[in-house]
Amino acid sequence: MAAPRASLRLVAPVWNRGTSGIRGLSKAVDPEGSQKKGRTLLQFLTDHFYDVEAVREYLLRKQVLKVQKKNRSFTYIKERYGPYVAGAYFVLKQGGAVKFRDREWMRANEQGLSSLEFRKLQEVPVEAVDASGCAINYQGLDNLLALKELQSLSLRRCPHVDDWCLGRLYQLADSLQELSLAGCPRISERGLACLHHLQNLRRLDISDLPAVSNPGLTQILVEEMLPHCEVLGADWAQGLKVGPEEQSRDAASSPIPAWPSAPPHQARSLPGCAERPTAHPSGSVGLTQLGGSGWGEGRRA
Amino acid sequence: MLRRALRLRLGPCLSGRGLGTYRRGSTLDWDGKVSEIKKKIQSIFPGGAWNPLYDTSHLPPERSDVVIVGGGVLGLSVAYWLKRLEKQQGAIRVLVVERDHTYARASTVLSVGGIRQQFSLPQNVQLSLFSAEFLRNINEYLAVVDDPPLDLQFNPSGYLLLASEEGAAIMERNVKMQRQEGAKVCLMSPEQLQKKFPWINTEGVALASYGLENEGWFDPWCLLQGLRRKLQSMGVLFCQGEVTRFISSSSHMETASGEQLTLKRIHEVHVKMDHSQEFQPVECAIVVNAAGAWSGQIAELAGVGNGPPGTMQGTKLPVEPRKRYVYLWHCPQGPGLEAPLVADPSGAYFRREGLGNNYVGSCSPTEEEEPDPGNLEVDYDFFQEKVWPRLAQRVPAFETLKVRSAWAGYYDYNTFDQNGVVGPHPLVVNMYFATGFSGHGLQQAPAVGRAVAEMVLEGHFQTINLSPFLFSRFYFGEKAQEHCIL
Repeated sequence: MAAPRASLRLVAPVWNRGTSGIRGLSKAVDPEGSQKKGRTLLQFLTDHFYDVEAVREYLLRKQVLKVQKKNRSFTYIKERYGPYVAGAYFVLKQGGAVKFRDREWMRANEQGLSSLEFRKLQEVPVEAVDASGCAINYQGLDNLLALKELQSLSLRRCPHVDDWCLGRLYQLADSLQELSLAGCPRISERGLACLHHLQNLRRLDISDLPAVSNPGLTQILVEEMLPHCEVLGADWAQGLKVGPEEQSRDAASSPIPAWPSAPPHQARSLPGCAERPTAHPSGSVGLTQLGGSGWGEGRRA
Repeated sequence: MLRRALRLRLGPCLSGRGLGTYRRGSTLDWDGKVSEIKKKIQSIFPGGAWNPLYDTSHLPPERSDVVIVGGGVLGLSVAYWLKRLEKQQGAIRVLVVERDHTYARASTVLSVGGIRQQFSLPQNVQLSLFSAEFLRNINEYLAVVDDPPLDLQFNPSGYLLLASEEGAAIMERNVKMQRQEGAKVCLMSPEQLQKKFPWINTEGVALASYGLENEGWFDPWCLLQGLRRKLQSMGVLFCQGEVTRFISSSSHMETASGEQLTLKRIHEVHVKMDHSQEFQPVECAIVVNAAGAWSGQIAELAGVGNGPPGTMQGTKLPVEPRKRYVYLWHCPQGPGLEAPLVADPSGAYFRREGLGNNYVGSCSPTEEEEPDPGNLEVDYDFFQEKVWPRLAQRVPAFETLKVRSAWAGYYDYNTFDQNGVVGPHPLVVNMYFATGFSGHGLQQAPAVGRAVAEMVLEGHFQTINLSPFLFSRFYFGEKAQEHCIL
């Protein structure tokens, strides 16, 4: 009796997250005592009572629907203001940041987004998108793929970005120069193989991908595949025995700070982004602070 | 503490299996108890042949609404969609009969696992697009509470089909149709090809089509296990056995033109148990023939094709097993991470397998050199003589390859037009087919399962119109020819 229950506790690290929200996937599992007890009880009930199982199935479905709902396209905005504004609106709504050409970085604040601002930006292409930690999935990616002049895209720690999504990035091949996929829990080497379409890529961050089975080898193969691109994946090389020249290169690349500070113009416009609390990318505190500066400055400009 | 209390409370009630609850995997304890009681009875009445507690749990149920013959990915997909599209939960009782639960000879797990939209028939493109959507959201479709999500191992690397001078016009027409259906396919000239994939020798290539989205390969075993897991949670019954006989009634009819017809209806399916003479007659309303390469035999058992030739009754199901080899080789200088599944105009194809410069590929033999499908032995000379020269001609780096291993599997080969058979038989009115896909059954299984389920439940196709794939085309001689067969 005890053995199967013990194994039950081990499985299902993902579906069991309960109502912890769509960002649950990206967080590390924290085995809290009380939570664990509740979970096993729930599992026990699920195993024995059909009704409990049905309810849990319903909750599971609802969770999926919530993500889908968040990823709907805004057809009205797209028709009225064009793809740039629609894409930007989508990202801001998700809690990410957007940079229009020759403008400051924007981030949604509590007051919401004004249509006045949109009308001004209708013709301005979006240059960079920071969708770190957003719940973007395959459907939601449509909004980003319409941004034909996107140069820099950050999808760090996006829990729903998977290999299927990477297979669609070829649509941005003409413009995309920087891409960060660091910390996405569902991206594996299979998806990374399709990045060969992005021949203009200059900088690629593939560090900290838990689903990649051979990180070191994958990084070398990606570097071979994209010869003009600087591939970041330094964390993995630490555990490996590397040759002297490779070691020096790693040492050179490791002090480069976090993602957004790479291009100088962006670093200037992103004062708070590097110190942003990483665990809660859309936490209300961070949002109001950044929103006040980012969105407001954009309006003044 | 609470748990212990619950265990104490629920313990007796569970062992009595009351309250309409159920528990997966508790049958073992139950079996043990039954055998204990049996032993006691044996000791009280020694020597008697009387067996009051004869255990029939290993037998399939005596009646089931739908019996699916074949527990491969197509059969399971039909079961899944039947249960999903049923109007009320538990309305349909579905039994899946599979001969071998290890799937040692099943085509599903021996396939290369590719999915593509580059077909010559619009129906096949639609089927594939639907299946791609299914596989993409597999964890929503096949989600089971408390089970870990499935990892399909999908490689979105695409298919690269090459065409020679003669095939270029057809390829262009096909790609136009594929784009109209919504597939993301692009055409490439030999120069573009050379630039994108420098390891390809473009000699003799006039045009190439390259799938950009929803194409690649995945792990068939994962899909199969995911379906099995989900079906178990949905209450579908599984049984390991072989269908040996159909009991049917027949009624004679006359058509308006005066032709005599015999309509048949299957009432019982005899399921012979594995490694025994014991069989169980299962009363059923509908039989789904998803036996893959062996579906021709199952159809014959039901009396399909045993009339005079040239009539509807004499029309056989033209599906037979064809042996296809798959070779795995190592080549250190081979194509890198960007390599798609490449299909040569000569019929040879290969794809990357993993990260260690391993490749998987083969070539379909011609009609004359078709190997004997009696066993699954691999002919290594076939690689030396037929496959390797073509591969090395297309990718010069493959001159130095080294074969690591090989296996063989069956195609459920439709000799009529290399396309699937879907829907009911016109004369055996309650037998439905989901077979004959000639090598692309795995990738289309999710969509075909839905089509068959719609046919069974609604009486017509709803999502994708598969009427060109009905059985009657064999009688009327209307070919739904698929040209892009690997």
